[in-house]
Amino acid sequence: MPQMLEPNSEQVKIEKIYRDMGMTDEEFALAEKMLGRTPNYTETGLFSVMWSEHCSYKNSKPVLKKFPTEGKQVLQGPGEGAGIVDIGDNQAVVFKIESHNSPSAIEPYEGAATGVGGIVRDVFSMGARPIASLNSLRFGELDSPRVRYLLEQAVAGIADYGNGLGIPTVGGEIQFDPAYEHNPLVNAMVVGLINHEDMQKGQAKGVGNTVMYAGAATGRDGIHGATFSSVELAEEEDEDRAAVQAGDSFTEKLLMDACLELVKSDALIGIQDMGAAGLASSSAEMASKAGYGVEMNLDLVPQREADMTAYEMMLSESQERMLLVIKKGREQEIIDLFAKYDLEAVSVGHVTDDKMLRLLHKGNVVAEVPADALAEDAPVYHKPSEEPAYYRDFQAMEQEVPQVTDYNETLMQLLKQPTIASKEWVYSQFDHHVGSNTVVSPGSDAAVVRIRGTKKAIAITTDCNSRYIYLDPEVGGKIAVAEAARNVVCSGAEPLAITDGLNFGSPEKPEIFWQIEKSAAGISEACLALESPVIGGNVSLFNEKGGKAIYPTPIIGMVGLIKDTSYVTTQVFKSAGDLIYLIGEAKDEFGGSELQKMIHGKIFGKAPAIDLEVEVSRQKQVLEAIQGGLVASAHDVSEGGTAVAIAESLFGTNGLGAEVTLHGNETSALFAETQSRFILSVKKEDQKAFEQIVEDARLIGEVTNGGQLIIKGAEKQLIQSDTRALEEAWKGAIPCLLK
Amino acid sequence: MKFAVLVFPGTSCEADTYDAIKNVLGEDVEFVRHNSEDLNAYDAIILPGGTSYGDAIRPGAIARMQPVMKAVKKAAEAGKPVLGIGNGFQILLETGILPGAVLENRDLKFICKPVQLKVENNDTLFTSTYESGEQITIPIAHGNGNYYADEETLTKLRQNNQIIFTYTTENPNGSMDNIAGISNKQGNVLGMMPHPERAVEQLFGSEDGLRLFQSIVRNWRESHATNA
Repeated sequence: MPQMLEPNSEQVKIEKIYRDMGMTDEEFALAEKMLGRTPNYTETGLFSVMWSEHCSYKNSKPVLKKFPTEGKQVLQGPGEGAGIVDIGDNQAVVFKIESHNSPSAIEPYEGAATGVGGIVRDVFSMGARPIASLNSLRFGELDSPRVRYLLEQAVAGIADYGNGLGIPTVGGEIQFDPAYEHNPLVNAMVVGLINHEDMQKGQAKGVGNTVMYAGAATGRDGIHGATFSSVELAEEEDEDRAAVQAGDSFTEKLLMDACLELVKSDALIGIQDMGAAGLASSSAEMASKAGYGVEMNLDLVPQREADMTAYEMMLSESQERMLLVIKKGREQEIIDLFAKYDLEAVSVGHVTDDKMLRLLHKGNVVAEVPADALAEDAPVYHKPSEEPAYYRDFQAMEQEVPQVTDYNETLMQLLKQPTIASKEWVYSQFDHHVGSNTVVSPGSDAAVVRIRGTKKAIAITTDCNSRYIYLDPEVGGKIAVAEAARNVVCSGAEPLAITDGLNFGSPEKPEIFWQIEKSAAGISEACLALESPVIGGNVSLFNEKGGKAIYPTPIIGMVGLIKDTSYVTTQVFKSAGDLIYLIGEAKDEFGGSELQKMIHGKIFGKAPAIDLEVEVSRQKQVLEAIQGGLVASAHDVSEGGTAVAIAESLFGTNGLGAEVTLHGNETSALFAETQSRFILSVKKEDQKAFEQIVEDARLIGEVTNGGQLIIKGAEKQLIQSDTRALEEAWKGAIPCLLK
Repeated sequence: MKFAVLVFPGTSCEADTYDAIKNVLGEDVEFVRHNSEDLNAYDAIILPGGTSYGDAIRPGAIARMQPVMKAVKKAAEAGKPVLGIGNGFQILLETGILPGAVLENRDLKFICKPVQLKVENNDTLFTSTYESGEQITIPIAHGNGNYYADEETLTKLRQNNQIIFTYTTENPNGSMDNIAGISNKQGNVLGMMPHPERAVEQLFGSEDGLRLFQSIVRNWRESHATNA
């Protein structure tokens, strides 16, 4: 490839070349001011990626600052590769969620695969061994061939990349809605396990220490990926394709194994993944966080293509690369360690005391920028916020109970809605057993992973009902956290902390920024109530195409601690004769519900209400009953309401049935999505003890041997269905839609 | 009894296999890397699952050329128990220690789930703790598990009772004769797609895999007691 002549500083300024890199005129002027001169082409590239939303959080910082991030269990809050939470016995869990939406919209296979790769590196760069991964996906409706393609390829990408790493993919969720037709969401969460003394930081400390580059060589893939994910998708998607990275899970596996050996070495000062904005962000951030500078000679960077420029090397997002800071004089040990894994580790520079990021290439200084200017001191915007008209209209609506005549048929149809239907087609493609610690596999409320060598386990879930959040961001934000906690509690765990994957449209629009603010406020309030602080996360804005934004989708990834694996509880009924309890009464709440969407083809009205005090007290009581050994099964009531929750509790039981009686408005009792509710089953002998603990539990019926789901109302029988027929419909729906 | 668990670049089930042997079974076990040339110190060799060399060319195709495989061949010829699980089975097939090949799954997708197996032959080092014809539950997790062999090879496998495990209620990958695991003619080398090391504790849904390891130990103890 012939060397292209780069524009000089003057041209960058006069021809406004920075605009093509996503910088505004004001931002370029600010960069000039910080530098005291006009930045050259390479420096402009550094500023533009580092000041992209993806790296700088410039639009979301004021909102993120309001999240509660503290708690006695928190060992590392937001700011590093991933947050860390204590789980006792000198052990801790490290976790974070990350989005890879824009790449997945263009090149779903590579986009989703590299999404997994990036978050895995974030976790092992903290020194932790990844022990579980989850994914939270949003797609358009499956009747579109393009959507089917996106889903199939994204799932294949996650499977091919994740399965090769030996990290079980234990759970997650998928929802389908036209709002995601052009902007699918691919968020991946990874949880790692670490001993306290092995915690690492991404810092470049100690003048003279060596900066080393480890892992795959740098190519021209993914240049400006971070910038590209911080703008609206181009109308012609081919324009964006070069910004998508390509992954190699084999190299990732070797890199992970090597780094997990490396973190035991006292030669290591700091380590960071070259993720978004690659070498630029890792070097600038490591220097800025430590209060030092970094000087690198780019001639030494391993390159897989000829004639790469400094600009290309710094902005490349080639995968499976790490930046290390090593004690001076110990480099050979590191080279040998990586060689054992057939990987390259090379010295590319050193730590300085001048707080500058200085880059040398072919004998010239090609960039010299204060590290803080790129990282810490990136601009922060307080975007205007405005309550949208649609919200006022929805709030003014009366709660309306949809007209349903045939309850049996309605239940059957609800179970076939892709958002409710079995996701086995997806998760059976993921290795969810590797590691042999997976106590509860995908398909239950939360995944449960045993901590080897202890009696402990952790429960992990991702949740976000974006329909509620669209209708009412603040209430929906509370619900997202509460539901995650409900899922964790149902599996026998005490909620520890959350990570949030904030996916929204363009913050330039005041109505969207309002969604961001309000949902964050709701999330914060629920986090405080449930004592589950935010320990890190990810922001993905500009999820729009043709001016149409996705539903606001702040995905909550929660981890809970199960103190003893004997507490582990699943959602399925266990034996005939067990008593079935419903906790919480249904109200006429259908705004954003699955039934509303199914009947009207759209959502409207108020989101279901939530009272956090009620939520907290019920969760505490349910957990106490579970820990007392009084609960045979526990499931939260969510999409599709009580009838769907009971049906789901029967799936996988091989012939059990249930006979229950519900009160109140029939349609609401069956299908309303009123919050803070649970379906529990309890052995007869535990009835008294259970009822003493869980105040709001109402006995509604019994698990039977009949293989029939029978639901009676106050006056008549509402539902009588063969469990097997319901299960087949629920299981077959997604494979059928994909045919 | 001392087990070797082989580790190739890209192997990912070594920790579970090690733990099943060390902590659940209670026997000695060590990891042995791909470039080791000597397995004399071990009484049984396990090739665990994973994605050695990123499945480049074909699963197992690069691993078979590694130094340790010569030692595995020697151990197999000497009559030591050799067990290949998942990718380990694929490596044994590529090496020719076991006959046949595996193709991509019938549905061209990776499949992870518990499956029902039938013990076709319980008269082996690996299966003597099972009843003949017993149905057991062991999980699978593979993208290339669709066993294939020519008719002549299949006939021999049948005649010599080398078909050890078959899928019963459903064949998840399209394998010939519903084959899930086969042995060599001597019966001391077993290759199987299902993962017995993932079925050694009831907490994880099944203990049916543990008996396979127990069988190896019991047979080794008996033969060493008689030889002693």
